[in-house]
Amino acid sequence: MTPDLLEDGAKRREAYLARQAAALIAGESGGQGASFGRVVSSTGEVDTAHGGILYVDDITVSFDGFRALNKLTLNIAVGELRCIIGPNGAGKTTMMDVITGKTKPDSGRAFFGSNIDLLRLRESEIAGRGIGRKFQKPTVFEQLSVFENLELALKMDRRVRASLMHKLTSADGDRIAEMLKLIHLKDSGSRTAGDLSHGQKQWLEIGMLLMQDPKLLLLDEPVAGMTDEETERTAELFLSLEGTHSLVVVEHDMKFIGELVNGGQREKKKIVTVLHEGSVLAEGALADVQANERVVEVYLGR
Amino acid sequence: MNASVLPTVAGHAPASFLGIRGRIAIAAVLAILVLVIPIFNLVVPADSVFHLSDYAVSLLGKIMCYAICALAMDLIWGYTGILSLGHGLFFALGGYAMGMYLMRQIGRDGVYKSDLPDFMVFLDWKEVPWHWLGSQSFVVQMFLVVAVPGLLAFVFGYFAFRSRIKGVYFSIITQALTYASMLLFFRNETGFGGNNGFTDFKRLLGIPTATSSMRVTLCVLTGLVLVAFYLMSKAIIASKYGRVLQAIRDAESRVLFTGYNTLWYKLSIWTLSAMMCGVAGALYVPQVGIINPGEMSPAASIEIAIWTAVGGRATLIGPIVGAFFVNGAKSWFTVTFPEYWLYFLGAMFIAVTLFLPQGIVGLVRKLSTKYANSSKRGAP
Repeated sequence: MTPDLLEDGAKRREAYLARQAAALIAGESGGQGASFGRVVSSTGEVDTAHGGILYVDDITVSFDGFRALNKLTLNIAVGELRCIIGPNGAGKTTMMDVITGKTKPDSGRAFFGSNIDLLRLRESEIAGRGIGRKFQKPTVFEQLSVFENLELALKMDRRVRASLMHKLTSADGDRIAEMLKLIHLKDSGSRTAGDLSHGQKQWLEIGMLLMQDPKLLLLDEPVAGMTDEETERTAELFLSLEGTHSLVVVEHDMKFIGELVNGGQREKKKIVTVLHEGSVLAEGALADVQANERVVEVYLGR
Repeated sequence: MNASVLPTVAGHAPASFLGIRGRIAIAAVLAILVLVIPIFNLVVPADSVFHLSDYAVSLLGKIMCYAICALAMDLIWGYTGILSLGHGLFFALGGYAMGMYLMRQIGRDGVYKSDLPDFMVFLDWKEVPWHWLGSQSFVVQMFLVVAVPGLLAFVFGYFAFRSRIKGVYFSIITQALTYASMLLFFRNETGFGGNNGFTDFKRLLGIPTATSSMRVTLCVLTGLVLVAFYLMSKAIIASKYGRVLQAIRDAESRVLFTGYNTLWYKLSIWTLSAMMCGVAGALYVPQVGIINPGEMSPAASIEIAIWTAVGGRATLIGPIVGAFFVNGAKSWFTVTFPEYWLYFLGAMFIAVTLFLPQGIVGLVRKLSTKYANSSKRGAP
């Protein structure tokens, strides 16, 4: 090899190393070239670049031979408000159990966004990634005050040491006060949560969910036991969340479903899903679903 | 911010967590501990009516050890909702760790005039077994007083809580754990003196134990530890961590779905509670002069739960009141009507469960608010 070629090579190598170092400092990765497939991560932020927030694929769950879910497939788009209806035992609650990590399915896949495998995470980790869940029976911390209930739900470090050292900042206090107003419990901050009425407890639980700042809300019969007025207000609240949050509402109350589907952003046609015996029976606009013969047979016509 | 919200926020400020009345009460308790008890026992002559007998001092010291156990039980049961029926085990382990040191302090003053504790000579052992290697050292044994109960609680709790064992199942397993340990400690081969346990202590840190001044010192020390644990518990419960514990008691699934990994919360308070019991056991043994596997019997652990329930769960003063009330009643009953004590204890537990779910402290609070309300109404 001639000396000038050697020199030339050395120069190119130097330039290459400088580029590499610059890329490292800028925090870029090594480029797109060598990516053979994205690694599915269980950590970090949810990736919703593909427009979907929840992918439930072919999930089967059996309890002692009874198939609570039978190859259930369900996709929720970012910002969507999806209503799910179905008779008792259709698998609505089991579906939420699978998504939130309470029940591990026998087969199938469940992803939050395109990168977070829900089946590998525990309940608390799933909640930390941004899935909030409201139970069928209102579940609040009965012996704590309404304020304290919201404080515990406030998005922050959930580890033991952080909780021991935690001090409430005035910004946090303001957020809680705002939430108290939003859930119509403005004057009940110091009341014991156990003393609230059933409807108020439902509201408090919804408020706690919102304090977590979740990206996806799973709401299991959120208006059960509410008065008509409270139901209407709840529908308004959910419609105001539509777009910024994704919501999955499981409900029996057809009037409430109607309010949700017909209110809010009308230009987007809202999809209603009917579950039956652990799988999707019908999916489409409310009117189409209500006209579906099989749906009428198993559910609406009873 | 709304006015009704503010008091709740202020209530969490750690600087004011005792309040004026609380500080005065703590100061009064400290004064009684470090001044009144020593003076009335050591300085006031024995024939005076104000003399505090040695019996009273050791009884007081013993009950304060029990009060520490009840306080520890309250943290895990009253606040976190996990009923342990095995806290006697942690108490006994702390007591045994202290007892080992006291056995070595006997030196050659034992029956067999040997360097080894008497029971080892009796078993024809030539040297101390491996787990006695550190027993000459006070520091090592004091470390074991907290480390052994803490480690056992951590390992046991980790597997139990990770497997989501809850409620009565957890209680039964803790009960079985203490019972199994009792059987283990009954065996001579385990190396802890079998069913006789340890006794005949002579010295602690080279100072004779069977003196009034030593008795008073231990009693005062126990009282100071009790006050320190009380303040620590108060700080824990006033923190956000304490509210997470209460949330776990009220609705654990909600806590999980709010994003808290409850395993570490339960495990940390469980381990702390066990360590507190270990310290109580270590203070108890030199005062009563004996430790044997009887302390690990299921009944001993159940009694701790009874003190807590009688005094009032989920109040920090309650378990201390309960320990004093039940054990005070016990020492009076066992002298006056010894054969009826267990009936009385059972009846009291049933009565508290049925009529006083908040215990004595809850009853007092209820009556005082009733009184305050009626006097308010009576005023023109």
